[in-house]
Amino acid sequence: MFEIKNISYEVSGGSRKKVLDSISLKIKGGSLIVITGTNGSGKSTLAQIIMGIKRPSEGQILLDKTDITNKTITERANFGLAFSFQQPVKLKGIKVYDLISIARGELVSEKEASKYLKQVGLNPDEYLLREINDKLSGGELKRIEIASVLARDAKIMIFDEPEAGIDLWSFENLTKVFKKLKAENRTLIIISHQDRILKIADEIIVLNDGKIKSHGTPAKILPKITGGKL
Amino acid sequence: MNLSEEEKQIFCEVIADNDVSRESGAWQGEDERASPVATGASDAARETSFRLSAPKGAYNFRVNGKSVGRKSTANIDIKTKQKKSGLDIYIKPGTKNETVHIPVAISATGLKEAVYNDFYIGDNSKVTIIAGCGIYNCGDQDSVHDGIHRFYVGKNAKIKYIEKHYGFGRGGGGKILNPTTEVYLEKDSEATLELEQIKGVDSTIRKTTAELEDNAKLMVKERLFTHGRQSAESLYEINLNGKDSTADLASRSIARDLSKQTFKATIIGNNKCRGHSECDAIIMDDAAVHAIPALNAKTKDAELIHEAAIGKLASDQINKLMTLGLTKKEAESRIINGFLN
Repeated sequence: MFEIKNISYEVSGGSRKKVLDSISLKIKGGSLIVITGTNGSGKSTLAQIIMGIKRPSEGQILLDKTDITNKTITERANFGLAFSFQQPVKLKGIKVYDLISIARGELVSEKEASKYLKQVGLNPDEYLLREINDKLSGGELKRIEIASVLARDAKIMIFDEPEAGIDLWSFENLTKVFKKLKAENRTLIIISHQDRILKIADEIIVLNDGKIKSHGTPAKILPKITGGKL
Repeated sequence: MNLSEEEKQIFCEVIADNDVSRESGAWQGEDERASPVATGASDAARETSFRLSAPKGAYNFRVNGKSVGRKSTANIDIKTKQKKSGLDIYIKPGTKNETVHIPVAISATGLKEAVYNDFYIGDNSKVTIIAGCGIYNCGDQDSVHDGIHRFYVGKNAKIKYIEKHYGFGRGGGGKILNPTTEVYLEKDSEATLELEQIKGVDSTIRKTTAELEDNAKLMVKERLFTHGRQSAESLYEINLNGKDSTADLASRSIARDLSKQTFKATIIGNNKCRGHSECDAIIMDDAAVHAIPALNAKTKDAELIHEAAIGKLASDQINKLMTLGLTKKEAESRIINGFLN
């Protein structure tokens, strides 16, 4: 069980602004949660707070009843959390193979590293030894980012807008990967606007202006979204 | 060769970690030592036992101003200069896939030397030249090595030149290395320079110049790492004189602590040619980096490009690697090592 209790996040600058306002959630192990909402509603901030990239102004995060609110990113990673960034970073001089090995915590075989690249639609022969630099397109970087998260084999995987920059074929493939991970009892928290991802969710959480506006199954939430009521 | 542990350590540092010396069995460390940047290993930890065996091919090992081991081969002749300190190295035309090692070690505090090494590379040859200098200074006087290397590369010849610089020792005296590299490329020839300052050099002024004839090609890969209060200047002047000559200069550097770096690269296009220079630097702590890329096109057919980027170690890069389970320190080391490799 993963629990978020009364999480708030404020930024200062001119006037103080609450980006997140007392968010509380309980996420069952093995479920697929999609967090959606308009731009600026606080989705990515919430995801980053869960991973420890941002620290909340108030509130607690509990993983299997252990308070991880003050844990570092590394500690959370070692507790079994993984995070896919919305904007993947470039790492000059680090090859895709190196990144996969870092994610696995050991030097992996080419065969094993290739497995993760194939899952995101990248040809290992072409990409395994490529440097993660600005010669790669945004879509390629995004897929490498997701591959590194898949390689973590984590209990809880957070994906911040995984669809951004990904072509349709790879996206279809990615939704299959998400379903497979769910079948393996992984917990997935996905930030997304994408209809196909919303449809495979167990629960959808709609954020608006830093607050939970609605929360429920796709059957309950999707008609409201398509009807323009959310 | 009768060498002290420190001298062996220098040779292991400056001629190790390149494919050629590994293949040729040029050195054998006791252990598979990672880069100092990666491990943060102390000098003491690194001053373990080093075993060194003579490399294949031609070589000259210089220690404290004297040659302590030399071998010429059927195709590569190493001779002592008569009028000044240094070597004349003659490589016969058509010599293929041979190597020359000419490392230098200084372990005597207060030693100041200027060494002139001239390489005459025959037409149609293909050779690798491994140089590099290390200073161990445990005294209070400055130790200085000025290495002036000139390469006369014949028609259709190809050279790869690998140079590493390294300093260590806890004395108050400076470890100062000032390399000058001059490259003269005849028609259809090619030179690849890999220039690297590993660590521990207090002050350096690196001057590299090149003159390229028709269809000649120059590639330079420079890696610089400064720390403490070190200073490094890296100055390039590349003249693209020949038709369809090309130059590609890529410098990556990291400046830590209070160190200072200056990078100045001038590419001069005197003919139809292509030139590219790129300076990419990471600043950490209170260091400073000054980059001055300059292009001088003397004809409309000269295509010249420069890029320069200086920035700090990005927090999003560190965060990314931390989400993969590395600590902040491990993430920084990994990024630095990757950047410099």
